[in-house]
Amino acid sequence: MSRRQKLTLVGIALLFAFTVSMLAIDKVGGREGMSLGLDLRGGTHLVYEADFTDVPSGAEGDAIEVTRGIIEKRINRYGVSEPVIQIIGEDRISVQIPGVSWEEAKSLVGTVAELDFREQKGVDATLAEAANGGDNQITVNDVAGFEVDDTCVLGISSVGAIEKENWETRQIIAINGSINILTLDSALFTDHQPGEPLSAWVPATGTIDGGEIHLTGKYLLPNSYVDVDPQSGQPVVRFEWNEDGARLFSQITGRLIGGPLGIILDNEIISAPTVQSQIGATGIIEGLTYDEARILSSQLNGGALPLPLGHWEGDEFYPEPAVIQSVDATLGADSLRWSLIAGIIGLALVLAFMILYYRLPGVLACAALLIYGAIMLTIFKMVPVTLTLAHIAAFILSIGMAIDANILIFERMKEELRLGKTLKAAVEAGFNRAWPAIRDGNFSTLITCIILFWFGSRIIAAPLVMGFALTLGIGVVISMLTAILVTRSFLRTIVFTQLARRGSLFRP
Amino acid sequence: MIDFVGKRKWYFRFSGIIILIGVIFLLSAGLQRGIEFTGGTMMTISFEQEVAQEELREEMAELGHDDAVIQWSEDAEAFIIRTKGLAAEEEAVIEDTLTERFGPLTIKDVYGVSGSIASEIEGDAAIAVSVAAIGILLYVTWAFRRVMKPFHFGVGAIVALVHDVLIVLGVFAVLGVLFDIEIDAMFITGLLIVIGYSVNDTIVVFDRIRENMLKSPGSPLETTVNRSIMETLGRSLNTSITTLFVLLALLLLGGATIHNFVLVLIIGVIAGTYSSICIASQLLVVWESGTFSRLFRRVIPRRAPAGG
Repeated sequence: MSRRQKLTLVGIALLFAFTVSMLAIDKVGGREGMSLGLDLRGGTHLVYEADFTDVPSGAEGDAIEVTRGIIEKRINRYGVSEPVIQIIGEDRISVQIPGVSWEEAKSLVGTVAELDFREQKGVDATLAEAANGGDNQITVNDVAGFEVDDTCVLGISSVGAIEKENWETRQIIAINGSINILTLDSALFTDHQPGEPLSAWVPATGTIDGGEIHLTGKYLLPNSYVDVDPQSGQPVVRFEWNEDGARLFSQITGRLIGGPLGIILDNEIISAPTVQSQIGATGIIEGLTYDEARILSSQLNGGALPLPLGHWEGDEFYPEPAVIQSVDATLGADSLRWSLIAGIIGLALVLAFMILYYRLPGVLACAALLIYGAIMLTIFKMVPVTLTLAHIAAFILSIGMAIDANILIFERMKEELRLGKTLKAAVEAGFNRAWPAIRDGNFSTLITCIILFWFGSRIIAAPLVMGFALTLGIGVVISMLTAILVTRSFLRTIVFTQLARRGSLFRP
Repeated sequence: MIDFVGKRKWYFRFSGIIILIGVIFLLSAGLQRGIEFTGGTMMTISFEQEVAQEELREEMAELGHDDAVIQWSEDAEAFIIRTKGLAAEEEAVIEDTLTERFGPLTIKDVYGVSGSIASEIEGDAAIAVSVAAIGILLYVTWAFRRVMKPFHFGVGAIVALVHDVLIVLGVFAVLGVLFDIEIDAMFITGLLIVIGYSVNDTIVVFDRIRENMLKSPGSPLETTVNRSIMETLGRSLNTSITTLFVLLALLLLGGATIHNFVLVLIIGVIAGTYSSICIASQLLVVWESGTFSRLFRRVIPRRAPAGG
């Protein structure tokens, strides 16, 4: 056996060990186990009422239809998350999301994710008296420089230094200069000690064509993604500006070098990094947990909702959902169990057929399929791809179909053996002859997947089509790789063993 | 050796008739859309006694709502039930029957809900598939550039694809009329899988034709095609048999919610295997010999005098 072959075998063993351990670990990326659909595990059920105040009459139906579509895009960006989103009556939306907590569910629907950037005003203030949770007025040492509508942050000082883990962001709605009291738009959550710094922030603006423009999330391209900062090891969201956004960002960062830039999400400051240098096209957002980063990224990419969603209490509109409750699986445990039994029986028949018909190569193909299955499940777990009963059926079917490449190779091998070639020559010839068919068949399927995915994401809003293209595409690549890498190196290895001398193991 | 090519007229006629029947049903009755498309009624029911989800589902199925989606919410202490659109009297029937079976109950809210998949999905999917078909046509034409008339291979793959899709759609239109079988989101997924399977299967046969054409350039196309079909027959049957093993097991034992999905695939796999051998490959022969117009000629004139 050549060194290269040994390395390939070791590589396969390592890959298999990796997938098995990934499948054995409970928590991957903060989630527990496989992501299962509403039919198998249940999830969170939310109902939102819409606020049509700003919608011209007659356009309500369209507005709510568009809103439904955007929520679907947010929750189901790649078409693999399986939510159920329906319009109830004419003015409400029901959202069901599999396997998430209430908090996560709410932020996924994310009534609106408004990202904007703010810079600091030159104020130098500290709390003069302790402020407690529940207070909405604070006494400071000096109100000079503060103005109504400024954003006030307790716990972040005027030089942007973060003094307190849990800083709080509020809007100033009134200032009483004579007694140095600031009135905030809502009550504080936690206690703050005298001497704690506070700072004031105003929209960070730049100029385009002479107009002064506030830099917000609407200048972002819909391609942000979650990454891990190599230095800190913390999750970050990387984003890219469009042309106007890049100009504004460059002007703002150029002006603020050495000072803090406040990143504000839904009127809460989430981080205040110090600007190191002038930057233009791209940037990162820090200070988030992994889940928050993932949700923020999907919200930034999904676009804003045309309708405020929440619930009415009399004439007042609140951004919280009207109904939020956990729901159980729609299917009984029986349904899943029987489908799994069915799948196992079907696969067992396939494997038995392969072994009876192709003998030893059939056994190798079974091993290759086992590896295929383990890799696919690992990918489903890591992405994550939410599995409904139908997806599990499709996955089981894909194992049955992944065998095709093996059958192509073995049929060719048998032909070569019949022509009187040695086993070693037949293995090589079998692969070389079968390759064009495997290549062209799989490439045309891949082309289909790429076109469907591109179409589903750019031209039409069809998460269903995207999800299909994504999972089938991954399946095609993995099945092609297992056939040409795994089956081939197994066969090449066997050729050098004693087993190769027994012709009956290769021909029925 | 079986003479596949010699019987080609019959394949085209056979497929033609099946597709014709299917298209007539499609145009007249169309496909029965399930509640994922049409929406329906959503209601919340709480029972005074404890009721198992399974029993409730059985009772709803007996009332003809076997597609009802039933969820228990611990927080609301109630079942959320989504069914197809219900008229007031149907609601009353449900209320009475459930009360009789499970004791006193309260129906809290009854609302009409929209479908959960966008109504344009069928049209959108059709457009996406058409673009993908152009991609396949170009790729196959390019991949077969070393043989004469590679374009024929590209068109052959697409014809087989359209053939298989029409058969699946037609069969479901007929099943919809006969057994009220409805289509759902997974039907579209299933149809997309069938498309992938169809093209892959056609290409395996085409690949052998390509190889044999290059190996013996002098021999007539009919002989080459027949020989290639014979040589790939083992693989074609083995792949479809292994796939059908899995599908039949899922159909017979698997949960009710995947029946239609599995059915799409069974029909699609059979059609896909058949069309590679009997439609796509034969089209190459017919096109080459220019006898396409003759395929149906004998059938049509025979019918014409009968009227006169």
